[in-house]
Amino acid sequence: MSVAFDEKVHKTLADANLQLAIYRATGRLIDHRKHAVAATALPDYQELRTQANAIKRHTIDHLDHYLEQFEANVNAHGGKVVFCQEATEVADFVLGLAKQRGAHLIVKSKSMTTEEVDLNERLEHHKLESVETDLGEYILQLAHQRPYHIVAPALHLTRYDVGDLFARSLGVANETVVEKQTLIARSVLRQKFLAADIGISGANFLVADSGAVVIVENEGNARLTTSAPGIHIAVAGIEKVIPRAQDLAVFLKLLGRSATGQALTVYTSFLSGPRRAGEIDGPGEFYVVLLDNGRTRLLADREKRQSLYCIRCGACLNHCPVYRKIGGHSFPWVYSGPIGAIITPQFMGIEHEPTLPFASSLCGACAEVCPVKIDIPKVLLDLRAEAKQAEQRKGVNRLERLAFKLWAWVMCHPRLYEMAAMVAAGVAPAGNGKWLRSAPGLLNLPPVRAWLSQRDLPPAPPRSFRELWRRR
Amino acid sequence: MSREAILNRVRTALGRSAGERAVEPPPVRLRIPEMDSEARIASILRAVEALAGKARRAATAESAREYVAAVVNGKTAVASNAPFLRECGIADLEGVHAGFTDTAALRALCAAADVGITSADYALADTGTLVMLASPAEARLISLLPPVHIAVVPQERVLSGLDELLTILPDPAGQTSSMVLITGPSRTADIEQILVRGVHGPGEIHVVVVG
Repeated sequence: MSVAFDEKVHKTLADANLQLAIYRATGRLIDHRKHAVAATALPDYQELRTQANAIKRHTIDHLDHYLEQFEANVNAHGGKVVFCQEATEVADFVLGLAKQRGAHLIVKSKSMTTEEVDLNERLEHHKLESVETDLGEYILQLAHQRPYHIVAPALHLTRYDVGDLFARSLGVANETVVEKQTLIARSVLRQKFLAADIGISGANFLVADSGAVVIVENEGNARLTTSAPGIHIAVAGIEKVIPRAQDLAVFLKLLGRSATGQALTVYTSFLSGPRRAGEIDGPGEFYVVLLDNGRTRLLADREKRQSLYCIRCGACLNHCPVYRKIGGHSFPWVYSGPIGAIITPQFMGIEHEPTLPFASSLCGACAEVCPVKIDIPKVLLDLRAEAKQAEQRKGVNRLERLAFKLWAWVMCHPRLYEMAAMVAAGVAPAGNGKWLRSAPGLLNLPPVRAWLSQRDLPPAPPRSFRELWRRR
Repeated sequence: MSREAILNRVRTALGRSAGERAVEPPPVRLRIPEMDSEARIASILRAVEALAGKARRAATAESAREYVAAVVNGKTAVASNAPFLRECGIADLEGVHAGFTDTAALRALCAAADVGITSADYALADTGTLVMLASPAEARLISLLPPVHIAVVPQERVLSGLDELLTILPDPAGQTSSMVLITGPSRTADIEQILVRGVHGPGEIHVVVVG
């Protein structure tokens, strides 16, 4: 594991309040989901998952076709599609448009894709005001932090943190009642919505046969972002496309339930093009920015391609025993948890994040709860293999390879194994009679020390199993 | 250009050539349960209440009008141009502003109003959802800016659920630039998972089923 990753993990583990916050928030989301997908609440849950997987598989396997169909239908409704290969192109497009239209103020609704490309930072660098409007994202923007969780971005902050933050950044009285904090944010942001020139949203789905962007949310900030300003720009990864509006009957039933246990989120917006003749309000211009940013890199591999089926519900984070201990900010990029562990190294290239796929116990909980049935443990294993092959090519970790070769050889020779085990048991320290790690001066080699920093073993018993078996 | 670069990379990765058609997608999966009109109405009222909305069945247009009048009760309200609101006499209630076609005027009023009154193109019985299509009859902001939203819906527009909606309306984009499904009052749980209603949208929602 990298040093930065190790440090962040240890810091998170040592923070008792943070541990409790993560445990409670994810625990609550687990409960909500459990009730929402129970057989009594949603009898065809498994069938819907199978269908969702089949639709995603089909769409990703024919992605070029559906992207072109989507683009043609956006054009037909008077909108425009902008393809961006690199992260920087998104901000370049927004900046160019803002300059042409004389825009100064941008309101944003929640979008992980814009987090990927550091959109706010880039816009602010060019003196454009870009305001996050989802309550959690607004708090994080004021705190200059990244989302901690895909659907609960500020789960690591308490109401006291928020009270301090609002007092410091907004000049309001320090308020610790959550209802009142929400009202403060509502009134500040309401003025921004009414004054904004451009609204930037994400997209949960891009509907190819309609040229429509679908956005799910609970607060109403995405509706305001896409309704109040004169220009709406939706930013989405190219993998978000689905073939038909009617497929929403499958995906919407799974997304809300898997994320927060809601049958439908409060608002589901289905938006296609700028306002039409006769409509009384809505934006006059409509753009959809389609981002690659490494996605095409992982299409070539038939098995790992399924990483692009993700609908960002966050269920794999909530159910992951690793995420629940190390939290969201230990992960090196905007996506955390099991899905982050598979898409980060693939979007960026395994050589940039070779250790991330190893930060998993492979327990399989993520695959079990994934609404689109991504086999995350399988992809993790494939990525581990890829990382090791890359090491082999570079000729690093020769010692580790040698050790495993030796291990394999010993394991193939039972008598040799028995002798080696006897020797090992003889030289291994007894610890305090309970656990190995408590033994002073134990094999203080770096790899052993690193291994034991998170694990422990009981000392070897006086008689081995083989011995007991023979004397039985 | 990124467009060609991306499409080419996608095609190369998938082993497809430009213009190659897709095989048929998996068949659409839509399941509409048998549900008579009384069951639908009972279900939507129950679902709206479960979401902390207020649900009411009004036997006649007159009683719907009375209900809306009692909620407005001296406050400022803005009503959409939905013909059904006019039929119910709701657009003519005291304190209710209606008949807007000008964007700026509507927006200013919505930002100041206490109550927004709309009809709905459809409603979904199983989830307690209002389906709003933007049109000359229904603006987007009336159900969004005021802190209270009242929707007055004739009972025949109550569908069983999402599957029936998408069966009746397979191509929403053919009709409108904006279809919004509204399921309960605006809410957030972003601070310590504590549920707060009315963050950006209306914190209070009334669904009146007429007939």
